[in-house]
Amino acid sequence: MAEAIVITSGKGGVGKTTTSANLGTALALMDKKVCLMDTDIGLRNLDVVMGLENRIIYDIIDVAQKRCKLKQALIKDKRFDCLYLLPAAQTSDKNDLSPEAMVEMIAELKQQFEYIIIDCPAGIEQGYKNAVAGADKAIVVTTPEKSSVRDADRIIGLLEKENIESPNLVINRIRNHMMKTGDMLAIDEIVQILSIDLLGIVADDDEVIKGSNHGEPVAFQPNTRASIAYRNIARRILGESVPLMSFEEEKGVFYKVRKFFGMRQS
Amino acid sequence: MVTTNQLIVIKGTRHGLTLYLDDSCSFHDLYVELDRALSTDYMDTEDSMITVTVQLGNRYLHKEQKDKLRDLIRSKHKLVVQSMESNVVSKQDALQWKEDSEVQVRTKTVRSGQVLEVTGDLLLIGDVNPGGKVIATGNVFVLGNLRGIAHAGVEGNTAAVIVASYMDPVQLRIADFLSRAPDYESAGVYMECGYIDESKKIVIDRLQVLTKIRPELSGFGRSVLNG
Repeated sequence: MAEAIVITSGKGGVGKTTTSANLGTALALMDKKVCLMDTDIGLRNLDVVMGLENRIIYDIIDVAQKRCKLKQALIKDKRFDCLYLLPAAQTSDKNDLSPEAMVEMIAELKQQFEYIIIDCPAGIEQGYKNAVAGADKAIVVTTPEKSSVRDADRIIGLLEKENIESPNLVINRIRNHMMKTGDMLAIDEIVQILSIDLLGIVADDDEVIKGSNHGEPVAFQPNTRASIAYRNIARRILGESVPLMSFEEEKGVFYKVRKFFGMRQS
Repeated sequence: MVTTNQLIVIKGTRHGLTLYLDDSCSFHDLYVELDRALSTDYMDTEDSMITVTVQLGNRYLHKEQKDKLRDLIRSKHKLVVQSMESNVVSKQDALQWKEDSEVQVRTKTVRSGQVLEVTGDLLLIGDVNPGGKVIATGNVFVLGNLRGIAHAGVEGNTAAVIVASYMDPVQLRIADFLSRAPDYESAGVYMECGYIDESKKIVIDRLQVLTKIRPELSGFGRSVLNG
């Protein structure tokens, strides 16, 4: 049973593409056949984050307009045999894709893959409509900021109208020290306002930016906070029950010794 | 007091004239009679406008007929129709009346960008999130967190109230009045209500005060008042 999951947020810059790339990678690490689908036409990024930019020949618009076969446009990941990317077009715009074409492509992809991760563009216009058209599930990404929680709320309201299961929530870019001082919205508060199930929380980690810039999603790394968080989310998608990560840092002598030896706290 | 025939009785009060119209004759007879009665009446042109209340008894009039009567009375000197009252209403009006006074129960989260609009009172079981909006012609009761905008008495009922389990709204609106959250950060309060007080301002208070200031909220009295 293949599943199409759309990653959306409403607001831009909260980490939809990063989350898509890392969830895809984490699922592939667990030997699942995964296809990443970039629907942000005109502003494609997922290929860059995955480090596959130089391999693009055909794109999603070519497939939608039948200029090539779906197989020709799929790019195999450098690291996994079970991970593929269907890149967005950079020269067309969002109106060149239609929800019907998306449904058709996803149906075809489902025969080949177990998980199809759809990276949704920001906004609630045509691009969003295309991205959610063929999805079975939705993951809403937000950050602990009022503006992104507001937009997430709007998106959840719009998703209710679609033929999609109740969406799950990922809270990205959590800065523990700011949450403690009350300068950031608390996780409980966000979940209470949005009133949907929490799928995972991801710390604001420099490694994520580093990974994106090197075309290596952070989920590859064994021991950073963000990579563990993403892998936990992937495990929850597979149905495992994994407790939420604690953001409390142990500040004992042992911690300092470990840090001194370059061991990261997990 | 002037009496003409049996069809029309005119009474003068401190607030103007009241016309009691017979309710068993035909509309045509009534119209002719009214025309005659008002034409023969002596009116002092120096007087200011006189407001007229028309009592129709058990007669039901269509809108066109009402307009006809109204035009007739208006055409006479200084008379202005203030209201027409009848003991009967049409089924349609009665249904409308019922709808206006009914409590509409809804269970959902009103999210950012969503608007929930009802005729009558709204009982929302769920939250109103920031950016969301609930509108009712009657009262608004929120069994949940009110964090968005609530508009009660949207058609002008200033007696409408807004009640919430948790009151932390962006704006409260009642009829044409508006109050907004202060610019400084403030936490919401549990079990509160908003209403328009004597100074014509929306005030927020604990909901227990409603028993005193809006006793009509309970029971059948409410629906009659709303009608």
